[in-house]
Amino acid sequence: MVEDEGIRRYVAHFILWIGIAIVAFPVYIAIVASTQDNALIANGQMSLLPGGHFFEVYYQTIFVGTSGSTREPVGNMMLNSLVMALAIAIGKIAISIISAYAIVYFRFPFRMSIFWIIFITLMLPVEVRIYPTYKIVADLHMLDSYAGLALPLIASATATLLFRQFFMTVPDELLEASRIDGAGPLRFFWDTLLPLSRTNMAALFVILFILGWNQYLWPLLITTRDDMQTIQVGIRKMITTTDALTEWPIVMATAVLAMLPPVFVVVAMQKLFVRGLVETEK
Amino acid sequence: MANVTLRNVRKTYTGGFEAIKGVNVDVADGQFCVLVGPSGCGKSTLLRMVAGLETVTGGEIDIGGRVVNQVEPADRDIAMVFQNYALYPHMSVYNNMAYGLRNRGMAEAEIKTRVEEAARVLELSAMLERKPRQLSGGQRQRVAMGRAIVRQPKVFLFDEPLSNLDAKLRISMRVEIRKLQRRLNVTSIYVTHDQLEAMTLADVLVVMNGGQVEQVGNPLAIYEKPATTFVASFIGAPPMNLMSTRTDDIKSQLDGSAGDAGIVGIRPEDFVITDQAPTGGVVLPLTVEAIERVGAETFVYGSREHEDQRVAATPGELPPGEVIVRIPGTEAPAIGARIRVAAIRKKLHLFSGDGRTRIEA
Repeated sequence: MVEDEGIRRYVAHFILWIGIAIVAFPVYIAIVASTQDNALIANGQMSLLPGGHFFEVYYQTIFVGTSGSTREPVGNMMLNSLVMALAIAIGKIAISIISAYAIVYFRFPFRMSIFWIIFITLMLPVEVRIYPTYKIVADLHMLDSYAGLALPLIASATATLLFRQFFMTVPDELLEASRIDGAGPLRFFWDTLLPLSRTNMAALFVILFILGWNQYLWPLLITTRDDMQTIQVGIRKMITTTDALTEWPIVMATAVLAMLPPVFVVVAMQKLFVRGLVETEK
Repeated sequence: MANVTLRNVRKTYTGGFEAIKGVNVDVADGQFCVLVGPSGCGKSTLLRMVAGLETVTGGEIDIGGRVVNQVEPADRDIAMVFQNYALYPHMSVYNNMAYGLRNRGMAEAEIKTRVEEAARVLELSAMLERKPRQLSGGQRQRVAMGRAIVRQPKVFLFDEPLSNLDAKLRISMRVEIRKLQRRLNVTSIYVTHDQLEAMTLADVLVVMNGGQVEQVGNPLAIYEKPATTFVASFIGAPPMNLMSTRTDDIKSQLDGSAGDAGIVGIRPEDFVITDQAPTGGVVLPLTVEAIERVGAETFVYGSREHEDQRVAATPGELPPGEVIVRIPGTEAPAIGARIRVAAIRKKLHLFSGDGRTRIEA
């Protein structure tokens, strides 16, 4: 730590506060704007202090939606986003931990080839393979469904690699001790490997949940019905209005609401998250 | 309770490397068998084959009258203590010991009795709820022992269980293991590279080298009559002095009595510093190069005047022409002094020129 040296300390703190202000100001503006009257914002006379419309704006946002007749209440969008993000995060972890287990602990023909194929898919993000993926999802009649939203995004090379690296640091003697203790492959996976991977899974969950929550392009493509729309897509649609005034308080309230679940996940899992990134519990 | 018999056991890895080249060992019921050898000699591989962690590519492994070549490790009725203990890091001490029993579907009450009994014997009773990372090295080692004991197996297998402990703890654990094994009277196979551990623990000592058994027998019998130069220099510290009988000074002294021996071995403790030549023994003139005082005894490193030629390669081998002499107490000649050391005929070990055969004169 820097020594307490009066003025230098205040300068340092002042610079840090400027940094915080730059990052936090847009968030503050969003919160303030979501409590104002729309006419005030449209006139360009928005105050920098919170207005008095907090409850009515949030009520309308969550349960009613914008005044345009085809728009959905944001509560429903959040539910859609939540289901998609959870399905992607949990699905990715489940699939990749199982495939990493197979690759690390089993000797089967073409093991290394399969590993490399998984590895190569790292270079094919959704955007690159979007046409074939869309075609498949459409042919399976999964457009406008939770399955269509989540399934194509579940396979994950990154998570598989991460679990593979972790499994390779688990000493072989643990597996051998389990074998002598009469634990078969499933028992070993369930009783030993899963508990040891707990922090890794938590860290991955945080990253993957945010990744899933922030998906934009894919949900935009495969959802056409308003009641299947996710919040990220919804915000965008709210802003572009053809002949009416954009309802900024509602847009801002939606943005604030869209921030909450990732913040909640990060705060709730922070301890496990950091442990999972820096330490391998052995 | 069971005896363990290895019949012509072989292990060839895919790729052709032969790790175990036909091993025959018979461990009687309740005996403590120690496999000892330098690293890479195949002793751990052999133990892992008995455990069922490595496949057997030739021969038979017989535990208690049943050939177990194709039997899963869990069904061999063995328990193993690993070098790094291999405790389950996320389970408490109690669960570490109970895990194997639960997997066998044993009743929870019976498990509790067994674990608590083992914990009492190993002085772990106060730590049953702790996680392995909250324990010291010696305590972890005891948990690993406990995990083996609660199983009440036919055979204990130890894979260098003490090598992660510090020197003092190693000695006390060594005694503990021996006492425990005597009390439980369970057939045990123990792998180590430490010849002292091997000598002190074993009922039956198996000295291995290059995937083969060099000698099997009682530790003291092996010490007194090593069958090959490898065993001669591996068992005993400091190692036996091995010298060619072809050099002039030794040749003339051994004349006739040595037969066709090519190598003569003399243990450091069998030398005395003397001016009188014993009849029928060997006298070597040495120049003192170094002195090591360890308290109760002193090691004198001397070089011979006649440059020796290298004899059959062995572990812990001295440079050619160098001789170690062990003398009691701390009195020692000065460095650079010229001394004469002698060993009587009875204390000489004679080997064939390739070091593979002991010659009894």
